[in-house]
Parts: sequence; structure tokens; C-alpha cells
Amino acid sequence: MMSNLINSKILTLLKVQYSNMLEYRVEIALWAISGIIPFFMLNIWTNNNLNESISISEIMLSRYFLCAFFVRQFSVVWVVFSFEEDSLMGKVSPYLIQPLNPFFRYFAQHLAEQITRFPFAVIIAFFFFIFNPESIWIPNLGILFLSIISIFLSFLIQFLIQSIVACLCFWTEKASAVERLLFIPTLFLSGLLAPVVSFPQYVKSWVYLTPFPYLIDFPANLLSGNATNIRGGFIMQILWILLLFPLFKKIWSAGTKKYTAMGS
Amino acid sequence: MNIKKYLKVYKKFLHTSLASELEYKTNILIDLITAIFSLIGSIFLLSIFFQNNDSIGGWEFEQALIIQGIYTILNGITNTWFNPNLTEIVKHIREGTLDFVLLKPIDSQFFISFKKITPSGFLEIMLGFCLLLYCIRINQININLSFLTLSLITIICSICILYSLWFFISTTTIWFVKTWNATEVLRSFLYIGRFPLNSFSFSLRIFFSIFIPIAFITTIPSEVFLGISQLWKILLEVIVSTVFLFTSRKFWLYALKFYSSASS
Repeated sequence: MMSNLINSKILTLLKVQYSNMLEYRVEIALWAISGIIPFFMLNIWTNNNLNESISISEIMLSRYFLCAFFVRQFSVVWVVFSFEEDSLMGKVSPYLIQPLNPFFRYFAQHLAEQITRFPFAVIIAFFFFIFNPESIWIPNLGILFLSIISIFLSFLIQFLIQSIVACLCFWTEKASAVERLLFIPTLFLSGLLAPVVSFPQYVKSWVYLTPFPYLIDFPANLLSGNATNIRGGFIMQILWILLLFPLFKKIWSAGTKKYTAMGS
Repeated sequence: MNIKKYLKVYKKFLHTSLASELEYKTNILIDLITAIFSLIGSIFLLSIFFQNNDSIGGWEFEQALIIQGIYTILNGITNTWFNPNLTEIVKHIREGTLDFVLLKPIDSQFFISFKKITPSGFLEIMLGFCLLLYCIRINQININLSFLTLSLITIICSICILYSLWFFISTTTIWFVKTWNATEVLRSFLYIGRFPLNSFSFSLRIFFSIFIPIAFITTIPSEVFLGISQLWKILLEVIVSTVFLFTSRKFWLYALKFYSSASS
């Protein structure tokens, strides 16, 4: 009974958000295009033969960056910006009365957007393969399944981190500055611009303890068939989720206690 | 007479927007930290490229740092003026408040382009200058009058091109209304400006010189710094920036003819 209720709730939310997102196709297509930085990076790497120094073949590196593009496409999170706007506009108050944590709403929004984004990402990948026909490959089903899980876990980690930051809105009203700060290590350490294996030793020694390499580098390596520690990666992803989730719950309950509607 | 009036109005703009921005003091502080980390991150990325290579596309590390410095200055200018103002056009058009701008006895492009200012971008500009000064020392560039004038001219031209690009993209919202993300696409393309143009493959080089003239924005000023730029390139940049400024102005006036207020 209870699980049925939750199921129907989630399904309804997803359906509503999906039809909502379909209204914004152009916008989502533009989002997909704005994620093509990994391809430019690939161009720098292969055009200068930089891949030889980290002993990854050109084909494997091009697969890596294509996968990095895909992982990024399906793990982009913007909950801070939505929540900040909603809380500044006073939309959070009605959400709070509903018997559903408002973050479920944002969660459904993100999932719906990912479904809408999928065809655009496939089109971009198609063009990539036209220009680089030698890098076409088909991952086996098991790997594909594992990578989808790891991409979802990466999305969860980022969603939790951003939700924690979003809860800061209860105190400061403008939390997106904190998000912009956190985006810097995400950009440079996650493997979006350069695979983590290429990092100098003094960074590699500690970076695997942070959540960043598991956001893009680990799922991308897994999907593209580059060497990676599969079990270790999953363990770290789950550990970070287990660490972040209670933190989110705590800051959420503290925040809602602190919350006063605009004008009170 | 006319210029005096515009200067006076701009002084008021500065005053009001600084006053409102300074309300969020912690925000500014966080933005400052973000700017510093962002510069560290880009230099870190550059150092990965140069780990086992002496030069990329004919640029040594010390020389590539100049590009980084110029990019940082231009990015600071973008964050201080272009980003806060020109993303506002989208809002004006969506909410129909562009009417109020058009009714004012002042040039609408001037109003829209300079209304706001984000003070945290200043630090980025200063960081860029410091990096440039450091580069002048390590590359043993002798400063003389012709060097100073040429670099000043090219940087001003870069700013004009950058402004026109931003303005151009933002203007298209008059037709498409919902292109919040168009500027995001531009931003991700501009990211390429951090690297020397020669490090890309031939086809991308053509793309980045003709369609999105990133080549003109950072590479030519850096070449001027190193004293390896030919005169025709500098002349070309002056011509390109004039054409860009002129076209973006014409485009704005043209687009306004199609503007019909919200709900009409």
C-alpha cells in the first residue's frame, strides 16, 4: 500500500516533469551543445601527441572523452539554482505544506530532463563518430549496465552535494555562489578536461579520496573500457552517498526549522 | 554635451548597482575565492599538458601563461559587465520589461549593456594583470612605448569582439525568447581561449578564427606580448572588431523592429 503510493507519486511527478521538459527542447539542446568541451580537450591531447606520455592510445583517449561527455550530460545538476529562485520567490512555502519533500520534485525534474536530453546527446555522439570512425566500439552488456549504475550514482552524489548547498538558502538566500566555488574542483579534478591518470603524482596521491574522480573519470573509464578499479570505484561512490545523505537530512531539518516565509 | 550626459548616467548606474551588490558581502567574498581557485585550476591543467612536453603548438609553458593571463582579464571583464547585463536581456524580453527600457530617453543598447556591475569580477582582472606582469618578467619582455600601445590596442579590440559576441547572442532572444542557455554555449566555446590556437587541429583552427573569432580574442594579444605578431594580424584584428561592433549595433536595431511586447 505504502510503496504503491510512493510509486504512483513518483510516476506522476516524472510524467508531469517530462511533459514540462519537452516544452523546453531548444534550451535542452543548447545545454547539450554547451557540454562539448571534452571534445575540444581531446583535440588538444591528440593533436599534440600528449597521450603518448600517459600511455593511452589515441582511440582509447577519444573513447574516454566521448564517455566523459556522456557522463557529464547525464549527471548535470542544477538544483541549487532552482531552489534559490523558488525560495527567493517564496514558492518554497506551498511546497513545504505538501506531504512530499520538495527535493523529490527537483529530483524528478532532473530525471525528466535527462530523458529529454538523451536524443540530443546521441546526435552529438553520432557526429563524433562520423569524424572519428575508428573509435566506434560497442561495450558489452554487463559493462553497459555497470556504467549506467555508476553514472546514476555520480548523479546522486552531485545531487546530494548540491541539495546540501541549496539548503544554505535557508540561511543566506543566495547559495549559488557556494555552488560556483564547488564547481571549480568539480571541473578540474573530475576528469572532464583531462583524465585523472594524467595528473601529477602529488595530486593523484590524495584526489582519489575526494568524491571528484568518481563523478566523471570513474564512470567514463568504465564505459570506455579504460583501466579502472571497478570495485573500488563503486565502494567509494556508495561511501560518499552514505556520508552525504545523513548530512543532507540533518541540514534539511535544521533549515526547515529556521525557515520563515517571506514577510513574516 | 551628449557624452557628458551618458557619463553622468553611467555614474548613477555604478552607484546603484554597487550599492545593491554590496548587500551580499559574503557572496562577494566567496566569488573572490572562486576566482583564485579558478586561476589555480587552469594553471594546473596547463601544467598537465606540459608535464612531458616542452611546447604545445609552438608555445612554451611560460608563453602559454600569457594567454592564460589575458584570458583571465577578459573573463573578469565578462563577469563584471557582460554577464550580469546581457543575461538580463532575456529577462527583459520574457517579462516584457524591455518596454520600459525602450521608453527611456537614452540609447537602449547603452542602458542594457551597462546597467549592472558585479564587483567580484574586479579581482579576476587584477589577478590577470599580476599574471601578465609575472609573465613579462619571466619572458624578459622589454617594455617600450610601441609595445604598450600595440598591446593596449589589441586588448581593447578583444574586449570589443567579446562584447559584440555576447550582445549578438543575447539579442537573438528577441525571436527565440527562451534561449537562456545560448550564452552558456558561447561561454563553453570561449573556454577554448585559454589555449594557444595552434594547439588545435587545422579544421578547428579555421572554425575558431572565422565563426567564433577566439583566435583574435586571446592569441593575437599574446603574440603582441611576445613580439612575434605580424602587423597585418593586428590590423586584421582592428578591422574585425570594428566590423563586429558595427554589425552587433545594426543587428540590435534590426531586432528591435521585431520586438512585440509580452502578451502581444
